[in-house]
Amino acid sequence: MDFTLNEEHRLVQSTVREWATTRLLPRAAEMDRTGTYPRELIRELGDMRLTGVFVPEEYGGGGMDTVSYCIVLEEIARAEAALAAVLSVNNSLDCFPIHAFGTEAQKRTYLPELARGRKLGCYCLTEPTAGSDAASLRATARRDGDHWVLNGTKIFVTNGVEADVLIVYARSGGEGPRGISAFIAERGDPGLSVGKIEHKLGIHASSTCEIVLQDCRLPADRLLGEEGKGFTVAMATLDGGRIGIAAQALGIARASMEDAIAYAKDRRQFGRAIAEFQATQWKIADMATRIQAGRLLMYRAAWIRDQGRRHTQEASMAKLFASETAMWAATQAVQIFGGYGYIQDYPVERHFRDAKITELYEGTSEIQRLVIARNVLGAPEHAAEPARGA
Amino acid sequence: MNIVVCVKHVPDTEAQVRIRADGTGIEEGGLNFVLNYYDEHGVEEALRIKERLGGTVTLVTAGPARAVEGLRAGLAMGADAAIHIQDPALATLDHIGIARVLAAAIKAVPHDLVLCGKLSTDDNAGVVGPALAEFLGLPQATAVTKLDLGEGKATAHREVEGAVEVLELRLPAVVTVERGINEARYPSLPGIMRAKRTAITARTLADLGMSTPPPAHVELLGLTPPPKRQAGRRIEGEAPAVVQELVRALREEAKVL
Amino acid sequence: MSAATDVWVVVEHAGGRARKITYELLGLAKTLAGSMKVHAVVAGRGVAAMADDLAIHGAQVVHAADSPLLEPYTTDAHAEVVGSVLKAAAPGLVLMGSTAVGRDLAPRLAARLDAGIVTDCASVAVEDGRVVATRPAMTRKAIARVAFGDGTRIAVVLPNVYPPAPADSGRSPEVVTVPVGLDANAIRTRVVEVSAIKRETVPLTEADIIVSGGRGLRGPENFALLDRLAAVLGAAVGSSRPPVDSGWVPHDYEIGQTGKTVNPQLYIACGISGAPQHLAGMSGSRCIVAINKDSQAPIFGIATYGVVGDLFEILPLLTDEVRKLKGSSPGGDRQAATSDAGRTAGG
Repeated sequence: MDFTLNEEHRLVQSTVREWATTRLLPRAAEMDRTGTYPRELIRELGDMRLTGVFVPEEYGGGGMDTVSYCIVLEEIARAEAALAAVLSVNNSLDCFPIHAFGTEAQKRTYLPELARGRKLGCYCLTEPTAGSDAASLRATARRDGDHWVLNGTKIFVTNGVEADVLIVYARSGGEGPRGISAFIAERGDPGLSVGKIEHKLGIHASSTCEIVLQDCRLPADRLLGEEGKGFTVAMATLDGGRIGIAAQALGIARASMEDAIAYAKDRRQFGRAIAEFQATQWKIADMATRIQAGRLLMYRAAWIRDQGRRHTQEASMAKLFASETAMWAATQAVQIFGGYGYIQDYPVERHFRDAKITELYEGTSEIQRLVIARNVLGAPEHAAEPARGA
Repeated sequence: MNIVVCVKHVPDTEAQVRIRADGTGIEEGGLNFVLNYYDEHGVEEALRIKERLGGTVTLVTAGPARAVEGLRAGLAMGADAAIHIQDPALATLDHIGIARVLAAAIKAVPHDLVLCGKLSTDDNAGVVGPALAEFLGLPQATAVTKLDLGEGKATAHREVEGAVEVLELRLPAVVTVERGINEARYPSLPGIMRAKRTAITARTLADLGMSTPPPAHVELLGLTPPPKRQAGRRIEGEAPAVVQELVRALREEAKVL
Repeated sequence: MSAATDVWVVVEHAGGRARKITYELLGLAKTLAGSMKVHAVVAGRGVAAMADDLAIHGAQVVHAADSPLLEPYTTDAHAEVVGSVLKAAAPGLVLMGSTAVGRDLAPRLAARLDAGIVTDCASVAVEDGRVVATRPAMTRKAIARVAFGDGTRIAVVLPNVYPPAPADSGRSPEVVTVPVGLDANAIRTRVVEVSAIKRETVPLTEADIIVSGGRGLRGPENFALLDRLAAVLGAAVGSSRPPVDSGWVPHDYEIGQTGKTVNPQLYIACGISGAPQHLAGMSGSRCIVAINKDSQAPIFGIATYGVVGDLFEILPLLTDEVRKLKGSSPGGDRQAATSDAGRTAGG
């Protein structure tokens, strides 16, 4: 078993780390304060193809594997977690389903611009009454000649404010998961609008909003995948998305640990650096261990996915463990900073606020536990099909 | 236009430097190595010229096995080819010797322009560039902040003390680049994939016709940490007198003015 | 201890006068030459006139290469002429200055002569019969001691390290006229123009001198005081955290734990108390000057020179004093050479 990153993974890591440290980290506090990010960062990420890491080169993407994707997201999130959220949605929740389930025409239309960051994507699944129970969603899609007409309200849409491309899930058939279809909408489609913009606890710089569909007319060729197979698309998408969130969570955890270490080495009380006190050392030891464990779970899930094998359980385990590690590590980091950890001049309170979302979106920790249990106990209900086009 | 860029793989300047106990060098274990900052600007300049005028960009480095990662980083930025000179005898050479080795490798490939960083951040020597120009028999411009190419000649801007000098030089030539000449691009993921697939030409000193390495004329005796902070002193009195004494002390004691 | 060899100085000059670095090298050459001779080689146009001044400052033999083709400096012309002189003389030790010209010419000469070369020498001395130089390495995180082997040795010396040679009007030189057989066509570079620049700010992490301000500056408009001092020093301007947080200066000014780490030769901290978060970013500075009204400020614990006083009074005076020292124009050295030579000659 070779646990080392190969040469090209190392080059990806050093490149993204360099970019994130120079271009993103100095802006992180301001991005959190203003709730915006400079759009030029997306262009720069696009130039490097980090907005389409695993989209094949023939469609304008980076042509890289899931392990590379994890490396990219962890390095971005270490510098700033909101932009990592923006990137993970664009990559996992838009590029992936279009590449895995789209027609050739759809791939050629949407992938190049999404992969190069010239357009941004978002993902509209959750509704006010359908969160964890996504299959109960109520948005409708009615066939009308050679159009589909969509009605409904989607909430908690990351990138919703700026997105040019939207993957929307709506009910085209009967009850339950088999009645759901996936569609590709575009900003400017009639009947599609941005609704309420949410103000969140953390990841302020990424936009989260409502998307309102009022007799939204989409040409028939905007159906993504087969009619009635939308839930399969959603679940397959989440498998990859969850690995991405694990990477984001590990980046936040690492930021918490590194900032705590730097502070602990510098801060002196009772005549010594607090890094010399056992209580501090144990916190840091636990942080380092859990981060390493989370990373191994993540890389293993990524590796299995790259083998083309089913990885639902592994993706959920990675996301569950990494997100809980992030929340815990950020809390420890605030503790290590003491009173200063509560002050916004120091970065750890932001890590604390940013970490929480990783335990909630793309499936709460409770859902992850359900998924894992079902896989371990051998009775999966919503089994995802093997990942395609990963 | 065939452009050759000399690059060096050096420790990250952000890194903590630990000097080996016997003072003969630095601890390399755990150190992060990167493409020399000034050489990145050299590669970037070469790529911009190629984008404007067409041609190829070939990287050359003389270094141990790990130096191949520096070449990959340059290839990932967009260079077309790379030559890695690797030989145990390299460790015995001084800067003049390294310049001879690089010259031998460069003479074997077409070169209309040779770019180097003005110095490398590990030893800050700045010797290889001009020495290389001498061994290649080419004109040179050093510490260039702007480079424009014309028919058979180039115009280089250089900062000399307190002024900018505009120099016209005949091509082919060796140009060493200063920070500020450009902003180096980040490698893209497809670039990294392409770099992985690009074959790197390996050369030993024997391949370059230098089976007997040139003897070094300087020898590193040792590295020591910079001197510890001396206890400071207060300068007291009326402001004009204090200022005079301060300036005198800075000039004559500390020698920083 | 002397090098038991003649020591040669390659003269750098401007406007008909030797530059300050040349006098520093002549002083060093005298120490190293001991009872052997100090030679100066000067290449340019109308340079024979400098011979007396060079002799007054210690050059016993002046090799003057005079030709319009040698002015202004070009690599090809000077490498050819100075190189030929040195090749014929095969000196044991050649001193040059770490200046734009020196850094351009010295390595080329070393290649031409197959000489040992050490650049950025902070010291050159003879130890156990060998010529040994020290120089900063690893972006000033270490000092390297380098020994020259036998043969011709070229030491490129940092300016402002050695004092200029004192004048002794009793000396007169032996002048050797160097025949210059340059082919104009063989000079492959041409100086098209030289224009003086308004001093631009060097990035903080590269700066040799930094002037930095803290909360004690009281407001953004007072950074102008630092700008003026920085202009005469050729320094970069930075700050501690509070001015950034208060919006007085942009974030890229910040030096410290949440900003940049710097290690200049000289760090002048004005109105900075010296909180650990700031010290983390600048305590590697070679020389630290602290100006603060509060005598208890922690910054005084690490300052090389501490000034307890009102920075609003001190800074303008300091700016004037430095301006007098450096000469009045940003082009600095060329005029400074004149005024320094005046001072030196005056004793």
